[in-house]
Amino acid sequence: MTAYFKQDGPVDGAALDGMAQGVLGRPVPRIEGLAKVTGTATYAAEYDVANLAEGVFVTATITRGVVKSIASEAARAMPGVLAVISEARMTTRAAQGTAGEAPEQEPQRVSYWGQPIALVVAETFEQARDAAKQLVVEYDADTGVALDPATATSEPQEDEAIDMGDLNAAMQAATYSVDMTVETEGHASAAMEPHAAIAAWEGDKLTVHASLQMLNYNISELADALDMDETNIRLVSAYVGGGFGSKLGISEDVVAAALASRELGRPVRVVMSRQQVFQCIMRRSETWQRLRLACDADGKLTGFGHQARVSNLPGETFAEPVLQSSHFLYAAPNRSLSMDLVRIHRMTAGSVRAPGEAVGMPALEMAMDELAEKAGIDPVAFRLRNIPDRDPEGNLPFTSHGLAECLRQGAEAFGWESGTRKPRHRREGEWWIGTGMASAARVHNASEAKARVRLTADGRAEVETDMTDIGTGTYTICAQIAGEMLGLPMDRVTVSLGDTDYPRGPGSGGSWGAPSIGSAVYLACKALRGQLAKRGNIDEADLVLKDGAVEGGRSVADLIGGEVLEEIGHYEPGTNEHDYTSSGFGAFFAEVRVNHWTGETRVDRMTGAFGFGRVLNEKTARSQCLGGITWSIGTALTEALHFDPRDGHLANPDLAEYHVPVHRDVREVEVLMLQERDPLASAIQAKGIGELGMCGGAGAIANAIYNACGVRLRQLPMTPDRVLACLRD
Amino acid sequence: MSETIKVNGSDHLMPADARVSLLDFLRHYVGLTGTKKGCDHGQCGACTVLVDGVRINSCLTLAAMHGQQEVTTIEGLGTPDAPSDLQKAFLEHDGFQCGYCTPGQICSATALLDEIRAEWPSDASDDLNAPSLSDEEIRERMSGNLCRCGAYANILAAIRQVAETGA
Repeated sequence: MTAYFKQDGPVDGAALDGMAQGVLGRPVPRIEGLAKVTGTATYAAEYDVANLAEGVFVTATITRGVVKSIASEAARAMPGVLAVISEARMTTRAAQGTAGEAPEQEPQRVSYWGQPIALVVAETFEQARDAAKQLVVEYDADTGVALDPATATSEPQEDEAIDMGDLNAAMQAATYSVDMTVETEGHASAAMEPHAAIAAWEGDKLTVHASLQMLNYNISELADALDMDETNIRLVSAYVGGGFGSKLGISEDVVAAALASRELGRPVRVVMSRQQVFQCIMRRSETWQRLRLACDADGKLTGFGHQARVSNLPGETFAEPVLQSSHFLYAAPNRSLSMDLVRIHRMTAGSVRAPGEAVGMPALEMAMDELAEKAGIDPVAFRLRNIPDRDPEGNLPFTSHGLAECLRQGAEAFGWESGTRKPRHRREGEWWIGTGMASAARVHNASEAKARVRLTADGRAEVETDMTDIGTGTYTICAQIAGEMLGLPMDRVTVSLGDTDYPRGPGSGGSWGAPSIGSAVYLACKALRGQLAKRGNIDEADLVLKDGAVEGGRSVADLIGGEVLEEIGHYEPGTNEHDYTSSGFGAFFAEVRVNHWTGETRVDRMTGAFGFGRVLNEKTARSQCLGGITWSIGTALTEALHFDPRDGHLANPDLAEYHVPVHRDVREVEVLMLQERDPLASAIQAKGIGELGMCGGAGAIANAIYNACGVRLRQLPMTPDRVLACLRD
Repeated sequence: MSETIKVNGSDHLMPADARVSLLDFLRHYVGLTGTKKGCDHGQCGACTVLVDGVRINSCLTLAAMHGQQEVTTIEGLGTPDAPSDLQKAFLEHDGFQCGYCTPGQICSATALLDEIRAEWPSDASDDLNAPSLSDEEIRERMSGNLCRCGAYANILAAIRQVAETGA
């Protein structure tokens, strides 16, 4: 049976909180954790498949043009080489998140430096890697290809634009105002597991073990690329070694492995090199942003302007949604927001953790800090003064709104000293020390999701869905929800994920995974409770289940009576999506030290306070926040993709040259999570949390750098050379 | 040259192809996939294993170079039935999320505790002759193991617990 629920309004909050098992929300260790810490969790490239051939990509060394010929005789003559494949169905980009259709194909047409153009397949990886270097490729290369976002053709994004009142007049009439530009550089997801696929055919049936975030969309993308029926495809991603957006859409390895396997009649594995992952998957666009903020003498915002320019390849619709939180975060009657997308031939731009807010929020929060300083108002107080009662553009009510509470709780936990702030007020030896803060906001979305929950004859629960766990904690929170609803301890619940043979989940992306799949599991369990109640002649509302039995009564196994009970929970967001504005909120506080002689910044400590509805697992939710704060440090200080201005090739495509934070970059981090319920966010009153922890955090660090050493950089990352160039003696 | 290579106490035939890295040998020839390939260039630490008790990046060395030595991988440190103290502490403190860098982190942490006992100094040591196990000392010594999920604070807590209590 299917238990379907479309959310057109608030849900009754009592149901989940009234259960007796007491496992939901608790800091339960990850149920798949033992496999991960003992190295026995199996990731995409690690399945033991007999007669496996190995494929290695060859990539383009021109920016745009056509592959005229590939001389492969020498490669084919090498030991172990089985095939050189460059057929038209191979994909040349990763699909964008939720595309549901094949990305660009035809590898002969090159549209960025580093694009896959061929796959060399051999008996062993070493043979394939060597042979891949022996192909002689002739190109017909275009000249005069657009590469510079500052001068390329621009397309206004009408959907993002808003004009209310008169911002120019508000700026002129303002007691205080700022008009500033901020530039941020591109980012890479840099998930630790490189993209990988093992494809095998049995007749018309294709099975691919791959590292993907959204199997529910990926199966359609693969079917479209291969012109196949989805029913003949099975995708498996039981463990995913990090995604951060890079595995939202089907990647080139999946399609190439499938094609090569079909041609050779044996299983083929394709693992991208780290450099190929950097070059062939997704970049976060660099951004240029102009912020115009106006306020009156009391520090009330009267004008709000945010204008952005981002880039992508021709043909891609994705535009880094920089303005996403700016639309609703602060009240101001006169508003002007707009965005332009410019077309350049750098690699594909797409989703990297917290697309939009990751760079839009820091820029906004840097501007807010400058305006608070001008107005002589404490930055926390300044933000508290400008929180709107309703969405200032759509005039919609908010679902739960924890910004004020996060600002207050975060400030207290951090030991924020309110009052007048002066830069360069504290020095220890070579180091300037200062503090800064920023708000956090990340829009909340939910998505359609299905999950099957089965009660077995011995009174155990089994949860099945093609939803993935990319490190987010999906396995564990699904088990907790099922355990809570069905009165089962964690060791009597099993969760199977990442297999398209199971019901379609929402996929991991946009922070909607947990609220959506959690709602589906909840609905299935609620229906199972109904079945159990009927068998026990009790009203479902009165059914108290704990430790595998009706409280003071029969065991669940006894009620089931040797049968197997099964329900599919099917959740869908409804009018709640349109009638409300929904977002996670939070606040960041940072203390940094900046070296007077080298311009180096160290983040000594950070506090993040977040409100995102129900906390499903205190441990894994906190880890998500810790991860976000870690990314904030990278965004603020080190992470930048560098493109060669001559040919647009990515000049730092690896982990030695693209600097993600390491252990020593992350010192004291404190996470506070509000006890909140959001009855409009999902059926389990939870919002997403995977991205919120980095939406604004870099702004807190930037503001702390100013407070420490007096340097107002309007550029991220704030690398030592940039800080030093602005440091006065 | 040795015909075999010893991994977690068992002998395995050396690969005929001299190009096989120790990492690919473990993953493709021995079938021990707990050792991860994150970059293949010694930049991320996911492939960290112990060779005669000392941690190395297994992607930066060839299998053929280790015929006379003992290689220990994550599978050799503990199993799901009998995990090591560090493996248990990582689980308890949530010292990972996606789990891909985790075997390398745990192998590194295992060696780190031995390095401290042997009084090897690091950049973070106040006293080069007797390094103490400060938070900064642990962070410095773990900085060759990247974690993109950002579990660093929890990894530190896990290592500290084992260092201080031995379990």
